[in-house]
Amino acid sequence: MTDQAGAFQAGRAARSRLRLLRAAGSFLGVLVLTYLGLLAVTFVIGRVIPIDPVLSVVGDRAPEAVVARVREEMGLNKPIWEQFWLYISRIARGDLGMSLLTSNPVLKDIKRAFPATMELATAGTIIGAGAGVPLGVWAAVRRGRWVDQVMRVVGLFGYSVPIFWLGLMGLLLFYARLDWVGGPGRMDVAYEYTLTPVTGLLLLDSARAGQWDAFRNLLSHLVLPATLLGYVSLAYISRMTRSFMLNELSQEYIVAARAKGLSEARIIWRHALRNAMVPLVTVIALSYAGLLEGSVLTETVFAWPGLGLYITNALQNADMNAVLGGTIVVGSIFIGLNLLSDVLYRTLDPRTRER
Amino acid sequence: MANSSHQVIGCLLGGTALALVLGLGALPLAAATPKDTLVIADKLDSSITMDPAEVFEGTSAEVMGDIYDRLVRFSEKDPSRPVNDLAKSWSVSPDGRTYSFELKPGIKFASGNPVTAEDVAWSLQRAIILDKSPAFILSQFGFTKDNVAQMIKATGPLSLTMTTDKNYAPSFVINCLTANVACVVDKKLVLAHEDKGDLGYGWLKTNYAGSGPLKLREWRTNEVIMLERNDNYYGRKSLLGRVIFRHVNESATQRLLLEKGDIDVALGLAPQDLDAVAKEPALKTTATPLGSVFYIGLNQKNPQLAKPEVREAMKWLVDYSAMEATIMNHIGVVQQNFLPNGLLGSSNVNPYKLDVAKAKALLAKAGYPNGFKVTMDVRSSQPYQGIAEAFQQTARRAGVDIEILPGDGKQVLTKYRARKHDILVYNWDVDYWDPHTNADTFARNPDNSDTAKSKPLAWRNAWDIPEMTRKADAAVLERDAKKRAAMYKDIQNDFRKTSPFIMLFQTIGVAAVRGNVDGFKLGPSTGSTYLFNVSKH
Repeated sequence: MTDQAGAFQAGRAARSRLRLLRAAGSFLGVLVLTYLGLLAVTFVIGRVIPIDPVLSVVGDRAPEAVVARVREEMGLNKPIWEQFWLYISRIARGDLGMSLLTSNPVLKDIKRAFPATMELATAGTIIGAGAGVPLGVWAAVRRGRWVDQVMRVVGLFGYSVPIFWLGLMGLLLFYARLDWVGGPGRMDVAYEYTLTPVTGLLLLDSARAGQWDAFRNLLSHLVLPATLLGYVSLAYISRMTRSFMLNELSQEYIVAARAKGLSEARIIWRHALRNAMVPLVTVIALSYAGLLEGSVLTETVFAWPGLGLYITNALQNADMNAVLGGTIVVGSIFIGLNLLSDVLYRTLDPRTRER
Repeated sequence: MANSSHQVIGCLLGGTALALVLGLGALPLAAATPKDTLVIADKLDSSITMDPAEVFEGTSAEVMGDIYDRLVRFSEKDPSRPVNDLAKSWSVSPDGRTYSFELKPGIKFASGNPVTAEDVAWSLQRAIILDKSPAFILSQFGFTKDNVAQMIKATGPLSLTMTTDKNYAPSFVINCLTANVACVVDKKLVLAHEDKGDLGYGWLKTNYAGSGPLKLREWRTNEVIMLERNDNYYGRKSLLGRVIFRHVNESATQRLLLEKGDIDVALGLAPQDLDAVAKEPALKTTATPLGSVFYIGLNQKNPQLAKPEVREAMKWLVDYSAMEATIMNHIGVVQQNFLPNGLLGSSNVNPYKLDVAKAKALLAKAGYPNGFKVTMDVRSSQPYQGIAEAFQQTARRAGVDIEILPGDGKQVLTKYRARKHDILVYNWDVDYWDPHTNADTFARNPDNSDTAKSKPLAWRNAWDIPEMTRKADAAVLERDAKKRAAMYKDIQNDFRKTSPFIMLFQTIGVAAVRGNVDGFKLGPSTGSTYLFNVSKH
């Protein structure tokens, strides 16, 4: 009897280990396929857009002989599948290639552009989620009242007003007129000479070096674009929070909680929001991922040397190494944040945990 | 009960707002730029290299005039006249093929190495051997990878000779030697960074080895170009200690930065922002006609556009003066010839104006009394779009129905280079400060076949002109400058009437500058905006 139970348990453990292995295996398989698909699609787009990549290297003035030689050097005369194969095998060795436009290794370029975007996106998401969730909850609790109406207008405004216009107006008011914030760019030029980037997250770098002057200057440049991005994600997050909350507040367990005589604050924050948080995590994670991709318009208006500008500029010049490198980074961010929100799901929602 | 949630949220919001206000209040106010530093906002995204043998476009080409010296450079006072730079003197042999240069003694590179004739000869040889885009400016004198070591050589520590394959006009040769591709690099320093026989190409792309009044300190692509004073410079030292170019793409952003004093110079302002800047007492603008022209090309592969009457009719369907007053306000003047003003042989004869009746008569003669339909490729940016839309309006009045095909810059260019367009609006910048640069592309087409070796603008519009090609070839060999100028005028007289190019405007370069900046002047050609003359008070 005990033997049987032991064997049964051992079998169960082995089965669960196997299941875990199989899950990990299939996850890896999906991951590889996702990347391959991502690269194949981007690669093909890069080859069918009617832009000659050689132009970016040699310019419009080069004699035909130079154009032909560079085309040969770049391997653009080979069949497209062969070019793709060469590219993939290079990637597998961890080499993203050189950017045609900047003549730097793509990895080096991304290492420089990405922290700028990350700083902006993180600040934006903190503002967006930090204010968006409470405001969404508030609107749900006061459904149909003036608070809700005001939030609806605020949300609509955030959705529909072009961000470059908001950015310019913000600069005009807070930078040009009121002098509250720093202007376009990541910092004043004076600091270009004194601050040495280590991680590229300049706020972190300046804090670690104890350069608090530079830190304050960086912050003054960051606050406006971050608030702007934060506002746009706030508009989205608060609307989603409201609808998740309304859904929860109409559930029977809320009625039960009210009948038990729990305080309204406890019902809203501990019971309803906790359940609404589960889908909300995905919403916030995806909106963060969207910001990490780089926001071209914001980066243009604020002269912010981020990933969005880098990839767009590369695409307009058919600089495919840079575009593909950027795509891998953006793809990895999405995959990573999706994984993270999956993990958070499991912590927040006991039903999704595996026994 | 509802109140308690209200309070919680109220606290949260209040806290956030308070934190924001406190945070903002503690921030420093914007400061003016340091006095020995000039900060310039520009679009830096077309700068792809800092190697003089490769640099051709964008801000990196512009700064070459400040950071490198050459045998001859354009005069600071008259930036279309070449004067000696590293050369003390030069002479041409009686057969017109050998140029001898003597160098000024005692000049040092920024590295401290002396500037020798060997550095000069090697720099020119290097440009030919590397054979990057601008190499043709030198190789058109018959230099090849194999013969350049014999054709250009040092004959002493401070003397060198250069032998060309034909007896070209000396003005043409000397003008070409002012180009960036003829910059002198520090042979010893560059070769110290050579990798697998690349003549230092990989290193010099992002580094510096020159002797100019300023030196390159750092270049971060699409972000910043930083220059600083070269204390080893042989001439008058730069008044500025530092020059910083910042990448600011958006015109409105540049204007805000300028008005606030966070930058000293804005180089990319759109006409409406220039209007606003002109009204600000603390700012001023400075304008220079550039070696750049706007034109509309009519592809002769299109049978309708190939008729001479149609070509001429189109020239009468453009409202030049209206465009000049609106879209091109501040940034262009009417120029109906292929040579921009300031170049040898340029012309100010501008006979065309909007005349719909005349155009209609010509179209009727060509067999299109009711006009025809045609497409036009246009870069989706200003002023190209504005020019295209204005032309579309006026052409419609004669029945010519133009469909505009907007595209990204490189996309339109790719189509143009394959000559698959009908009509196209574009611009052309001179490659070097000599009339041959534009005659070579607008008025020469040695081979109009699809597989031609050279594909100038005349080829791109499939304009087959053996007679005009011969005339342009003769002009480049004419050693008498006056006669040479007359030859270009003659070619342009013919060109105005018969060409498939509707020449529109000469570009005006405009910079908006803060009032405390002295001596900032845009040069007409690439690399002649001399920042070492600028100071701030």
